[in-house]
Amino acid sequence: MTIILNVNGAERRIDAEPATPLLYALRNDLGLNGAKYGCGLGQCGACTVQLDGKAVFSCLLPVAALEGRRITTVEGLGTLDKPGVLQQAFETEQAAQCGYCIAGMIMRAQALLDRNPSPTETDIRAHMQPNLCRCGTHMRILRAVRRAADMMSGKLAILESGQ
Amino acid sequence: MTANTATQLSRRTFLSGSALVVAFSLSSRAFGQLAGGGEGSAGPAVVAPHLPGSLKSSPMLDSWIRIDADGKVTVFTGKVELGQGIRTALIQVAAEELDVPPTAIHLITADTVLTPDEGLTAGSHSMQDSGSAIRNAAANVRMLLVREAARTWNVEPAGIDTDGMGNLTGPEGRTLGYGPAASSLSLHVEAAADAPLRDPARYRTMGASLRRVDIPGKLTGEPAYLQDMRLPGMLHARMLRGPSFGTRFQSSDIAAISALPGVVKVVRQGNFLAVVAEREWTAITALRKFQDAPFVRTASPLPSGDVAATLKGLPSRDIGILDTRNATAPAASTVNARYSRPWLNHGSIGPSCAMAHFQDGAITVWTHSQGTFDVRRVVAELVGLPPEKVHAIHVEGSGCYGQNGADDVAADAALIAWDMPGRPIRLQWTREEEFGWEPLGPGMLTELEASLDTDKRIVTWKHEVWSNPHNNRPVGAGGVIAGGEVAKPFPVPEGKPIPMPEGDGSRNSNPLYDLPNMQVTYHFLKDMPLRVSALRSLGAHLNVFSIECMFDELARAGGVDPLELRLAHMKDERAREVMTTMAGRFGWQSRARGDGVRGCGMGFARYKNLGAYCAVAMEVEIDRETGRVRVRRAVAAVDSGQAVNPDGIRNQIEGGIIQSLSWTSREEMTFSPDRRTSFDWSAYPILRFEDMPDTIEVHVLDRPGLPFLGTAEAAQGPTAAAFANAVADATGLRLRDMPLSPERIKAALGAI
Repeated sequence: MTIILNVNGAERRIDAEPATPLLYALRNDLGLNGAKYGCGLGQCGACTVQLDGKAVFSCLLPVAALEGRRITTVEGLGTLDKPGVLQQAFETEQAAQCGYCIAGMIMRAQALLDRNPSPTETDIRAHMQPNLCRCGTHMRILRAVRRAADMMSGKLAILESGQ
Repeated sequence: MTANTATQLSRRTFLSGSALVVAFSLSSRAFGQLAGGGEGSAGPAVVAPHLPGSLKSSPMLDSWIRIDADGKVTVFTGKVELGQGIRTALIQVAAEELDVPPTAIHLITADTVLTPDEGLTAGSHSMQDSGSAIRNAAANVRMLLVREAARTWNVEPAGIDTDGMGNLTGPEGRTLGYGPAASSLSLHVEAAADAPLRDPARYRTMGASLRRVDIPGKLTGEPAYLQDMRLPGMLHARMLRGPSFGTRFQSSDIAAISALPGVVKVVRQGNFLAVVAEREWTAITALRKFQDAPFVRTASPLPSGDVAATLKGLPSRDIGILDTRNATAPAASTVNARYSRPWLNHGSIGPSCAMAHFQDGAITVWTHSQGTFDVRRVVAELVGLPPEKVHAIHVEGSGCYGQNGADDVAADAALIAWDMPGRPIRLQWTREEEFGWEPLGPGMLTELEASLDTDKRIVTWKHEVWSNPHNNRPVGAGGVIAGGEVAKPFPVPEGKPIPMPEGDGSRNSNPLYDLPNMQVTYHFLKDMPLRVSALRSLGAHLNVFSIECMFDELARAGGVDPLELRLAHMKDERAREVMTTMAGRFGWQSRARGDGVRGCGMGFARYKNLGAYCAVAMEVEIDRETGRVRVRRAVAAVDSGQAVNPDGIRNQIEGGIIQSLSWTSREEMTFSPDRRTSFDWSAYPILRFEDMPDTIEVHVLDRPGLPFLGTAEAAQGPTAAAFANAVADATGLRLRDMPLSPERIKAALGAI
């Protein structure tokens, strides 16, 4: 069936089985690489995107339920030339090893900073709990989220464009 | 990515002779035991033993470096990016010794057509093998460029310098770009062993924490992984396999699966079964339908006892590692201890994936295996093509910590593609498949006995280790799952130990300490009740854990400070400095002493006794109600020789500390007789954000100009020991069996 999805501010028409999880529509129909297949079970967070501002597992959401909802992927936060605040913070902190989990980490952190621009360390750790990293980059990810919060609150400068 | 590859191919047609031909003319079987990358692999032959690193097997300069007429520099490595940052570090090495900006360098990683064969990217060998080769090849090229400029200008080479921007500079303000200089120069010459290296005092790039070149794309959704590849006409495949290795589904209705809308084909070769569909979700739906059937076990039942019972029930081949005899004072106190580790999963966040395309009688395989050249050997044998008709190309996958499903999935994809010429096949393993079918990190057991004399000197040291081979890297079709499933199955090769000094189950069983009367024995167990292979640091995880826990047990028995006991038995100055640096930064002398809740512990090792030195200390706090351990802080010091990218080293050590904490305190594969029962993250939990230490500090010692020492696995053993020693300090209880889980700690606390 034809489904219209609002992804990163644009209406995108796809032709998919209604039960198809959003993850596969994003990757295969829309060519967006940010959301990753990690488990397909909602256990690791590699597929995390924002749905109406909340962090969700795109591997579990059937596309048929998403018409009229606002979907944001990591591609919607910025680009190589114009990275968003969290992307800049992750780059500055070198908060990646293999990086496979990182787009999901950024999307979960974005959902936190959207509703709480000044989270405590405990807030950040609790909020990031659903997302797994196997390389052990956690300390850098936490630093990057703190840095992004400081950038958003004006304590640290935000770059106008990339490096 | 294909367009890019095609361009690289045409650029590189000159690389037809020398090292590559030599490597391919060798039988893979004969070299199956050689340590290529330290952990098996067929590996290339040594043809120039006097040269550094992988120049030994690929001594020609044009195997490594090419300079175009416009000055563009291409560098080739047989190693691959696994998330460890090797791409950036190798660019820095090449940039430094060529004396060009790092941005001027285009690096091509393992590709069976384009790059030298450097065996596996494993065993913390990449900087030692490829870093050393590229460093010296670049120094050779720079030397030849200087000579060329000297010839052009008719001056002495000594009067010529380079400016760091790709220009040669000479007397009277003369300059010559590398491009024009290289255009009249052949790099198809063997490297000289003594090409002058740049003076560390003048380094522009090495030693700087250059930001990683691959990170920006990964943060913005650029296609960065094999999983992101899309080729025209590509089909999606899923394997139709039982729930874990050694099982298959009974009486599945293949005809019904083939008839599902969107299914292109069910590929069947003997017991090898895969579904191929136009759309990925269709393939997943078909897989689920297939799984709706009872499964049967096709192999021997899985072991249900504990690690010690399982391993001690297997026939052993005893290998002597150390046997020294010295006259010492008599033993005053003796400690006996048995330590163990269960089977572990690699747990890459992205399950294994591969792409394969069979066209015009040749197969191209895109793989995230650690052994790109081994993938070619495996696929060639599996489908019966000559190796030159198989082109294997490394593309980055999810983080890699040893042999996961990468090699298997590459062979699977190739076999499917072989059956469906003309259509690229993208095969993605599922999460459950990765848990159920990948080779596990082997379960291990050690028994140690050590004695102190009345002067608190160690006078005897006995260490026995029981382990399956960690070296089951596939170098032929028998090493991958598909090889056992096809109509004419390939025999599974017998496991072999890796000889010391690298070792496998024996790795780091030889203490670096200065000890008398050392008897170390490796009980090598070739019969594998579970499918196992290399996991980051191999046997070093348990061997270092055992040695470093025994030091603390002896220190406690003798009433000596654990750090003092170590320093009293360590002559290696670099080891001492790593330990004292760690201790100084940690505040070891003024640390919180064990009080039932808080405690501190340390661990040290030099990886394989030939890689990086690493010391780790941590302070823990125990919740006695739940047995949960909070790591308040961890402090590490590391000596990796010349640090190419200090922040890259810190990132690896931080990651190693967290991963080893997870292995040591939580992880354990579980089994029933008929299958693996850890099949997802709920049945195989790993540490999450709320389990993280409050802080981790890593101090990198500066060793300008010294040889590179492999770093990526150096923290695994010391961290495990530091954790156990801190728990023992806090509680007074010595836990020796991993995982040191909250349940076990609570049970132990309850018993006092």
